[in-house]
Amino acid sequence: MSEVTSKAQRTIKLKTRRALIAYGFLVIPLLFFLCIRIYPTLYAFSLSFRAHNASGFTLDNYSTLFHDHVFWRSVLNTLLYVIITVPLQMAFGLLIALGIEKIHHFRWFYRVIYFLPYITSIVAVSWVWRLMFDENTGVLNHVLAWFHIAPQGWLADPSEALLSVSIVMIWQAMGFSMLIFMAGIQAIPRQLYEAAQIDGSSSWKMFWRITFPLLNPTLVFLAVTGVISALQTFTQIQNLTAGGGQTAGGPLNSTSSMVVYMFNNAFTNFNMEYASAVTVTLFILILIVTLIQLKIINRSFDY
Amino acid sequence: MTKKKHRSWGAGIIHVLLLIGVVIVAFPFVWMILSSFKSLSDFYNFSFLPKTFDFSAYSYIFQETHYLRWYLNSIIVAVIVTVSCIIFNSLIGYVLAKHKFPGASVIFILILCTLMIPTEMLVIPWYMMSVDFSWVDSYWGIMFPGMIEAFGVFLMRQFMLGVPNDILDAARIDGMSEFKIWWRVAMPQVKSAVSALGIITFLGNWNAYLWPVIITATDPMRTLPVGISLYSTGDAGGIQWNTIMAMSTLAVVPMIIVFLILQKRIVEGIALTGVKG
Repeated sequence: MSEVTSKAQRTIKLKTRRALIAYGFLVIPLLFFLCIRIYPTLYAFSLSFRAHNASGFTLDNYSTLFHDHVFWRSVLNTLLYVIITVPLQMAFGLLIALGIEKIHHFRWFYRVIYFLPYITSIVAVSWVWRLMFDENTGVLNHVLAWFHIAPQGWLADPSEALLSVSIVMIWQAMGFSMLIFMAGIQAIPRQLYEAAQIDGSSSWKMFWRITFPLLNPTLVFLAVTGVISALQTFTQIQNLTAGGGQTAGGPLNSTSSMVVYMFNNAFTNFNMEYASAVTVTLFILILIVTLIQLKIINRSFDY
Repeated sequence: MTKKKHRSWGAGIIHVLLLIGVVIVAFPFVWMILSSFKSLSDFYNFSFLPKTFDFSAYSYIFQETHYLRWYLNSIIVAVIVTVSCIIFNSLIGYVLAKHKFPGASVIFILILCTLMIPTEMLVIPWYMMSVDFSWVDSYWGIMFPGMIEAFGVFLMRQFMLGVPNDILDAARIDGMSEFKIWWRVAMPQVKSAVSALGIITFLGNWNAYLWPVIITATDPMRTLPVGISLYSTGDAGGIQWNTIMAMSTLAVVPMIIVFLILQKRIVEGIALTGVKG
């Protein structure tokens, strides 16, 4: 009897000991997450309800925000970046992936080249594009002249600047889409294609009946990560449009995004309270996207 | 026979299309390198190739700017943050996957929730905090937000779940400490995930811009992207295109070489994190 209880005691002791070890391992990380992630988040919220250089609760930041046309322009631009870049970078990525899957030679070569822009510094390549976009001396207008197309304003033209920034974003992100699509395509069982071939299906039909539906989880993943990172666009805009005494987002705020607007308010005008209100609205946008993602993923992909 | 011919025709067309794409995608890199050897006047009288190979941009960078210091700063920051992330993320992932204790799922969900918080929302409080603690313009200031990463914790937990319990228990019976079991037994089992995590963390920090541009205040403390960016936007006497392109070339070309050497591992690593995440 006593042996049994001592054994039970020992297992309990072992359990508490292991739990204590686990807590011991987690103390520093938990403190980190509380101090560097959770607390600052709450602080940003509270900051957004405070007046600049004053104490007390106020909704002024939000009311100013909703009456500022530059803010709305930035929100609109941010949504335009999402709508333009995400579908195109996914479509190009998918086309390249399908192309590479169809051939047998030089596959690694294509994969490496198309993926290069994704791993290189956004700042460095943004400046290269900025040089190529230059309306007077840029190589793009020079190439257009070969085809007798009039020179474009690119980044200097308010109606083309946002598209120009989008081109850089698509150029850089499509390699990532390609890579993820290739992994998705390789995960599709070969037998499905063999069976379809026996049934005499065309490759067009096989794509729409087999490849595309089975790539659904990949599509959702790329769409969600693409939307979230496009909502946060900053570095490209800063490096493509700032300089010469101008803050980023020009010309005439035509390229300004929500993060650019936040950055200019926080670190050029040093109005942290107002900038926090901008980040709270961005947070809510990202939260909505994440919740939609969870809803789609929970709808489980069974075939 | 006709079918085979048909197929090789199709492959030929695909190769042609892919090669056109390659030219478009790779052109900016070629242009960057060519432009770095041009003299400033070549930018105003357009020419495809440099009229004379001019290395003055490179000598200017090394003599007149803190370029090498920026490089060193970026290496220091990226290496330390990567090592920290590999250790902490995998340790937390291991504990959450392989230890049962009260509150484990709450902790896991708490960490996952922080994934939804955009960095942009945190930079303002981080900055104010750094001012209070005088972390502005220091290595620690640049590094502290990234020392542990929720996505990495999630990734490592997913892989640690796949480590068989038998070998962990066997190590326990042998009297190994929990710390040693994690490092000697569990970690070698998830090598591919560790290298993937290392690669994405290093890349992310090497290319990081928003936080380093906020937290660094003096020229010698800039990281490479921030240094290039502020040099380029800050120039009052017109944009020095050849210098900017030389700076970009020196930043990008070594990355491309490393990528070509490690391409298999990097590509697989990023695909792995993408698919599992």
